[in-house]
Amino acid sequence: MIDPPPGIHAITVPKWGLSMEEGVIVCWHVKPGDAIRPQQDLLDIETSKIVNAVESQCTGVLRRILAPPGATVAIGQLIGVVADAAVAEADIDAFVAEFQQHHVLLEAEQSEESQARFITLDKQRIHYLAFENTAAPRLPVVMIHGFGGDSGNWMFNLAEIAGRQSVYALDLPGHGASSKSITDASLFGLAAVVSAFGDALGLNKYHLIGHSLGGAVAMEIAKTRPASAASLALIAPAGLGTSINPAYIQGFIDGQSRREIKRIVEMLFFDKTLVSREMVDNILRYKRLDGVDKALREIAGHVFPQGRQAYDFSDWLKGASALPVTVIWGAADEVASADHLDGLGEHVDIHIIADAGHMPQMEAAGKVNQLLMAHLSACK
Amino acid sequence: MTSKTVREAITEALLQEMRRDPSIVLMGEDVRGGAGSAVENLEAWGGVLGVTKGLWSEFGSARVIDTPITESAILGMAAGAAMTGMRPVAELMFADFFGVCFDAIYNQASKFRYMFGGKAKSPMVVRTMIGAGLRAAAQHSQSPYHIFTSVPGLKCVMPANAYDAKGLLIQAIRDDDPVVFCEHKTLYEKAMEVPDESYAIPFGEANILREGSDVSIVAFSSMVYVALEAADVLAREGIAAEIIDPRSSSPLDTDTLVETVEQTGRLVIVDESAARCGVAHDIAAFVSQEAFALLKAPIQIITPPHTPVPFSPALEDVWIPAADRIVRAARTVMRADD
Repeated sequence: MIDPPPGIHAITVPKWGLSMEEGVIVCWHVKPGDAIRPQQDLLDIETSKIVNAVESQCTGVLRRILAPPGATVAIGQLIGVVADAAVAEADIDAFVAEFQQHHVLLEAEQSEESQARFITLDKQRIHYLAFENTAAPRLPVVMIHGFGGDSGNWMFNLAEIAGRQSVYALDLPGHGASSKSITDASLFGLAAVVSAFGDALGLNKYHLIGHSLGGAVAMEIAKTRPASAASLALIAPAGLGTSINPAYIQGFIDGQSRREIKRIVEMLFFDKTLVSREMVDNILRYKRLDGVDKALREIAGHVFPQGRQAYDFSDWLKGASALPVTVIWGAADEVASADHLDGLGEHVDIHIIADAGHMPQMEAAGKVNQLLMAHLSACK
Repeated sequence: MTSKTVREAITEALLQEMRRDPSIVLMGEDVRGGAGSAVENLEAWGGVLGVTKGLWSEFGSARVIDTPITESAILGMAAGAAMTGMRPVAELMFADFFGVCFDAIYNQASKFRYMFGGKAKSPMVVRTMIGAGLRAAAQHSQSPYHIFTSVPGLKCVMPANAYDAKGLLIQAIRDDDPVVFCEHKTLYEKAMEVPDESYAIPFGEANILREGSDVSIVAFSSMVYVALEAADVLAREGIAAEIIDPRSSSPLDTDTLVETVEQTGRLVIVDESAARCGVAHDIAAFVSQEAFALLKAPIQIITPPHTPVPFSPALEDVWIPAADRIVRAARTVMRADD
């Protein structure tokens, strides 16, 4: 990619998730001539998995829209230009021409920057995504998804974090492309897999970002192996209170048809229209794999017995005052609720995001990325 | 996950299931190939199109059984084996041949569970090739799955792609009822991403290939691709077609059929089985009876003509339902409520 001249900012198609190669422009929320500010939603792009907004990273005036609604666009493609009002039209045209010429060259020599990899830990084959950033001498980040999820749940967040430091997102056993047979399906067992993962990769100390069940796994690691945990970022975590929506857990396990799963997955989002046919199909494809049903029942049996959470880390978290902790929750979460957010202590930074459900890292990706980056920057 | 053809997906399903369950046996004409020849350890064919190639080498002659050219013996042996605790996967090379061996599944295997009060079961699969398009003439080109669909106690599935082929065949093998598994000859080379792990797709769960709000197009097996081609043409005219592949005709996902008509009010059914008493007619009757008030236009049925499949290439091409017929039918139902 080429650096734009002063005063000019390129709007390009982001890469959301490993499999994304292109997207379709759904609509633009702004028109040429509009003043643009950072974090403003500029347009919506639909991928094979989900529709998401592209947010502005800059201030200026929208000067060009280069891809209309309905257009299929490749990742990295220039789709718009924001510039200061003072920049001449000719300079913008020159930038667009130069960018497009470079983009063609770039595409020709581009190699996959991240890799899907496997590692075998305690007889379980673990799949993970690695984005290694050797330029930045910062502690790496390990991301842990939730119950029934996989590393793809971080599709909107990985690239942002990888720009700053190395990041690893693994599939817990029983999930994603990892082994479906679980050696130990307790929270302790899941935490042991993540710890062993960190050890095997020689990570020593790392930031833990966990969503839902992954949040409880992250806390278990920080509690039992404090030397490994540089910080905790917990997104709608399990393990802070005892209530969990049993209709979600049981419905996700029992659901066999598209109809049933759609109803269940809609509980994850504030905006139910985000639940696309592809999203439901992908979940069904996962659930049909041999061993998944057993794995989910085993984990739920340990972590959510009788429709309650078996582990509550609230008291531990209150006492872990040396640990930087950020908690992010969607205000419209229908799955996990924050029973004990009050009084967790000064070291716990709590953010509630309006108009987001149980998956704020997808539904409000821009906001969550901003919070995660602030959290990571603040950690020494 | 890797890209696999329908052929590879079927082979993989057989391989993984045979490794998992020693009671699974294959039987059919040339499923090994070369049996009885002077050359020892010869695996000559692996079926007429090579689908079972490699299985004899791993599982041997006791589990990959070459049979004489006697369809009645193949299905009779399978039905008996199923009743006595095996899980046979029999190959009826061409579905057109069911006439000589139908008794084993029509009047025997499909009745056992019912007649013995649930104390007997018939976990057998009949893999069979269907479909026109290979210039194989009138006796090797038919798709008689409407006949199998009409038999209570018999299940009937027809995958349209490699993902479905693997998952539906594994389901068929694990199912305790007899299943006719229809493989369309023109689809074997179609490839897509298929998980390396085993998985089963439940029967009676339609696949929605494309969502649309104007007209529902229900299509089976290779007709799914013709429907998709038509949907592209219709999209350029501003008509949004929903494409539904029921994947199995028995059981049939009637919930999805009603749901899609609820949304569009217009239904076009594309079915290669028969011009009379086919699966399309069955679906049309069901929707008329259960969802008549939702319909904005008469249901359109697209089938081949009521003739044998012609050997003349020019005539065979006209015989197979084509995209332009679906497009015209969709335009007709779109105009009906103007």
